[in-house]
Amino acid sequence: MSTWTKKDLVGLDALTAAEIIHLLDTAKAFKGVGERNLKKVPALRGKTLVNFFVEPSTRTRTSFEIAAMRLSADVVNISATASSLQKGETLKDTALNLQALRADIIVLRHSSPGSSQFLSERLESSIINAGDGAHEHPTQGLLDIFTIRERFGRIEGLNIAIIGDILFSRVARSNIFGLLKLGANVTLVGPSTLVPKRFEQLGVQVRHRIDDILETADVVNLLRIQHERQRKEYFPGLGEYVSLFGLTKPRAARLAPHCLIMHPGPINRGVEIDSDVADSTQSVILEQVTNGIAVRMAVLYSCAGGAHIPA
Amino acid sequence: MKRDRRHAEEEMKPTRITNGRLIDPANNRDEIADLWIANGKITTPQPDAEIHTIDATGLVVAPGLIDIHVHLREPGQSHKETIATATRAAAAGGFTSVVAMPNTSPSADSAATITWIKEKAAREACVNVFCTGALTKGIKGEELAPFGALFNAGVVALTDDGHCIQNHELMRRAVEYARMFGLPVMDHCQDYAVVGDGIMHEGEWSLRLGLPGWPRTGEELIVARNIMLAELCDSPIHCQHISSSGSVRLLREARARGIKISGEVCPHHIALTDASLAAFDSNFKMNPPLRAQEDIEAIIEGIADGTLTILCSDHAPHAAYEKEVEIDHAPFGITGLETEFATFHDILVHKRKAIPLPRLIALYTSEPAKLLNLDRGTLSVGAPADITLIDPTLEWTFDKNASASLSKNTPFHGHTWRGRAIRTVVAGETVWSLA
Repeated sequence: MSTWTKKDLVGLDALTAAEIIHLLDTAKAFKGVGERNLKKVPALRGKTLVNFFVEPSTRTRTSFEIAAMRLSADVVNISATASSLQKGETLKDTALNLQALRADIIVLRHSSPGSSQFLSERLESSIINAGDGAHEHPTQGLLDIFTIRERFGRIEGLNIAIIGDILFSRVARSNIFGLLKLGANVTLVGPSTLVPKRFEQLGVQVRHRIDDILETADVVNLLRIQHERQRKEYFPGLGEYVSLFGLTKPRAARLAPHCLIMHPGPINRGVEIDSDVADSTQSVILEQVTNGIAVRMAVLYSCAGGAHIPA
Repeated sequence: MKRDRRHAEEEMKPTRITNGRLIDPANNRDEIADLWIANGKITTPQPDAEIHTIDATGLVVAPGLIDIHVHLREPGQSHKETIATATRAAAAGGFTSVVAMPNTSPSADSAATITWIKEKAAREACVNVFCTGALTKGIKGEELAPFGALFNAGVVALTDDGHCIQNHELMRRAVEYARMFGLPVMDHCQDYAVVGDGIMHEGEWSLRLGLPGWPRTGEELIVARNIMLAELCDSPIHCQHISSSGSVRLLREARARGIKISGEVCPHHIALTDASLAAFDSNFKMNPPLRAQEDIEAIIEGIADGTLTILCSDHAPHAAYEKEVEIDHAPFGITGLETEFATFHDILVHKRKAIPLPRLIALYTSEPAKLLNLDRGTLSVGAPADITLIDPTLEWTFDKNASASLSKNTPFHGHTWRGRAIRTVVAGETVWSLA
């Protein structure tokens, strides 16, 4: 457990492979806690965690809340509408106030890329990035990688396809950074406007035909497609998207039997994924949600449970 | 003008700057020679009389440097910068003249505002302040500002800097109408639809960081538009702060055909790349954005082959509390007056040897004077005695906390360069010298 020295988790791009493995192994140890009758350990007893969500989210916030409670931390939730940001206070000032209230851990969801790094450089509290714009969503990336690793026993050499709106996706970025560090072959699939060829500079492959990856993929990770009103100029419509990139039943039938179907949620049934396919035995979508708690426990424990915060 | 009075005696008697390397690109001079000053002007040698001597051994004696792209922030934004502080920063960078951009509050779209700036500058500035007027009322890109009144109030150019007229027809008429007054039009080249909410160069780093991209094309489309309109109207358009390799190619081709189009370069666009944004530091956020190494190479090539003829800072001060926010909420812009000459000298002359020192000085003196029809930028007898003494071998490190500017939003804190202005003389009077 000596490989982790950071007080924050701002992204997987900033981590080494050893640090990622450390978090995954810690999560494995914590996963058992959720399967007990008494789902609680005293690891963060006396610590205060603030879920500071400047952008709406239910599932991520709830997952962090449950993770913190299982570690015996005290949890406060603050959403944008309730916060002083509405009154013109800057993010920095709001966060300094949270620190002055002796929040040991601040879990930040914010629409601005870099907002977690911004706070991590200015506060002594641990900053956990719960999504910063289109930049990173590291705990989602970790829970996806955890789920894959649990099923395959490894990441290295696996063919992993991430399909959908990559350009605006923080989930995609965290997956890309983490998976590449652990030696996976990552292929991005989607329309050329949302998956520009330039992504290959990050070390991945880019494909604009979903047929290219179906037979060879060990994992397909489907990202939520935003509605047309938000992405009007990027593709003509959901109907065309489904016909070109949706994981329909005929396409799902061409996947290898061992291929995992993943989705960070919330899913649009009938858009990026066929409804029956989402419920099929290859789908691990709900397992991802369960694993998310163990991964977030590992992150909270690693960042704030160490010796650097005085007891 | 309010000046440093330490050297007040210089006003009284003629001054001889001796033994320096006198570089005067306007007159093709580069020689060890004395320079004489009397009554605020460059003169011929003065007989006998009691004279004041400045020993310039080992130094370059150049015409006072001119920065044609500076945001003084007055009126209306004096929490960022004032005419007094900006001109002190200018003097500390070796500049004897600055050209003020019109995106103040209110914008400089009327004779009244120009007069206000000039009067305040007369009281508080320690270097010459020249004004630009807005192209459109309120810099809104909708209706022409009163060019005639602005001309009569003394503006040296027209620009909507910070903004860009999107309506090509309106821009055409602006250039055509400005021609009547002999006023060049300067344009911040940015196609709004293409750039959208982009805040950094669209490339590998914008993909990595998840920040909205500001593609080269957003600049190049408007550079191409301006080339066509300069040709159509047969009147000069100056493209401000060129950042993209494609813009350099367009300008090179157009200038070869004799079109009255020009371009300027800011130091950060050849000193830094988009990778500098990796830590989301808003002191690396400016408009146009830092681009890739290939853009740096193209811009340096463009400076070397004469495609790009003017260097400037785009000095854009912002208060710390305005910059210290989420990067997409932070305003664009960095300071630059005190670091620009050193940055260009270090890169272009010292490290890359892309141009000789006399050309660097021309890009800061005779070239901007020519574009804006200023009676400056030369050491000709009879010209105002605006002079910059430069030590081209001095190595120094910039400390933003010692900056004369009111704002400290610089990406160059702690940078070390070779070469620096060490004394700034305006109309015969030393307004700044290195302590």
